[in-house]
Amino acid sequence: MKGIEICIAIAYVVVGPLLGGLLDGMDRIITARLQGRVGPPLLQPFYDLRKLFTRRISPVNRLQLPLIASHLVFAVLTGVLFFYGSDILLIVFVLTLASVFLLLAAYSTGSPYSTIGAERELLLMTAYEPMVIIALVGLYGVAKSFNFYEILGSKMPAYLYLPGIYIGLVYVLMMKLRKSPFDISTSHHAHQELVMGLTADMGGPALGLVELAHWYESVYLFALVLLFFSSSWISALVGLAFTYLLIILMDNVTARAKWGFVLSFAWVVALVAGAGNLIPFYLISRGTP
Amino acid sequence: MSSIERSPWLIHYDASSCNGCDIEVLACLTPVYDAERFGCIVTGDPKQADIFLVTGSVNHLNAPILRNIYDQMPEPKAVVAIGACAYTGGVFSECYNVSGGVASTIPVDVYVPGCAAKPESILGGVVRAAQILKEKEKAARKARRKARK
Repeated sequence: MKGIEICIAIAYVVVGPLLGGLLDGMDRIITARLQGRVGPPLLQPFYDLRKLFTRRISPVNRLQLPLIASHLVFAVLTGVLFFYGSDILLIVFVLTLASVFLLLAAYSTGSPYSTIGAERELLLMTAYEPMVIIALVGLYGVAKSFNFYEILGSKMPAYLYLPGIYIGLVYVLMMKLRKSPFDISTSHHAHQELVMGLTADMGGPALGLVELAHWYESVYLFALVLLFFSSSWISALVGLAFTYLLIILMDNVTARAKWGFVLSFAWVVALVAGAGNLIPFYLISRGTP
Repeated sequence: MSSIERSPWLIHYDASSCNGCDIEVLACLTPVYDAERFGCIVTGDPKQADIFLVTGSVNHLNAPILRNIYDQMPEPKAVVAIGACAYTGGVFSECYNVSGGVASTIPVDVYVPGCAAKPESILGGVVRAAQILKEKEKAARKARRKARK
């Protein structure tokens, strides 16, 4: 059994960025169509990445590139552990470590734009972390396991038991994928009040590594969503597509929120939707043997 | 097609124009013209940009800023001067504080004519600048190979 899991983990390292890049490319086309534009080719994110690695720019300091490389390594490691079938609780801590490296890379430059972006990213992490823990506790309640494959194999329609937690997880996803209204730390669009923020001092290969890490991240984030819809192939496909399109739609119809709103709103969602879902679920499941 | 031609990222700076050209630059991003078709992104960050779009005449106050943005961009880079003001200073060229067009401060690769310049011609200028970038990249690669020998 462990052999298959190792194969999937290795496949993730190779195929992960391809999948993440395609998700990004589709996102850009769908966003363009929603705005009445033609949009870039599907493979545009790959063209961008290839170009970023050919750019010649002297780094801001000697610390930035090693920190960004560590960010990438830990982002990949999170996914590898996830698909290897490690304890999901451990994975959340590695995920946080990956984000911390990106924060340090932004702080290391000392530029005001990077610093504001890094501080906002810190607030975002504070905002989504409680919901991630609640989601894992909920999934454990359904499948009685913290292992990815055991939750996947339990064939329980988790979305029926945990609708509130699913909503909470969509909020987490919007923050992690840097979607409006939660794209306060950095954004791809130049119409925002703080354009790049976190990545303001990263150019060329440094930005390429951040992009690559982002693609790796988006793949296992959607794998986390998959756990809610793992009861059948159809529900998995429909659930993933629905979540993906919902996040793109929200990105296009909302304006960027202020950090205070993001923080308080995320916690209210975690408390109302997350905990409000956990308590009745706990009471019901205690009643059934 | 080289990688730089497929994804030219832009940064836009308004030196001191009447905003006419700037509105036309932003019009390039709208559904009618859709610059993203060519892989263009307006980054707003000089460290991530490949092509520098400048509108308006240069004066003594904004010349250092223009220079600063240009210096922060990675190599190779291209500059597109948009409109009559960016060419010679336009109607402002006789003003006491105006030092002239963009070329008075930084080297310009492409001039886009017009007052205000049309979005079609701005897009044409960007595509031409991307071709120039490709040639510059090729030349730089050749020079590096020679230096290694």
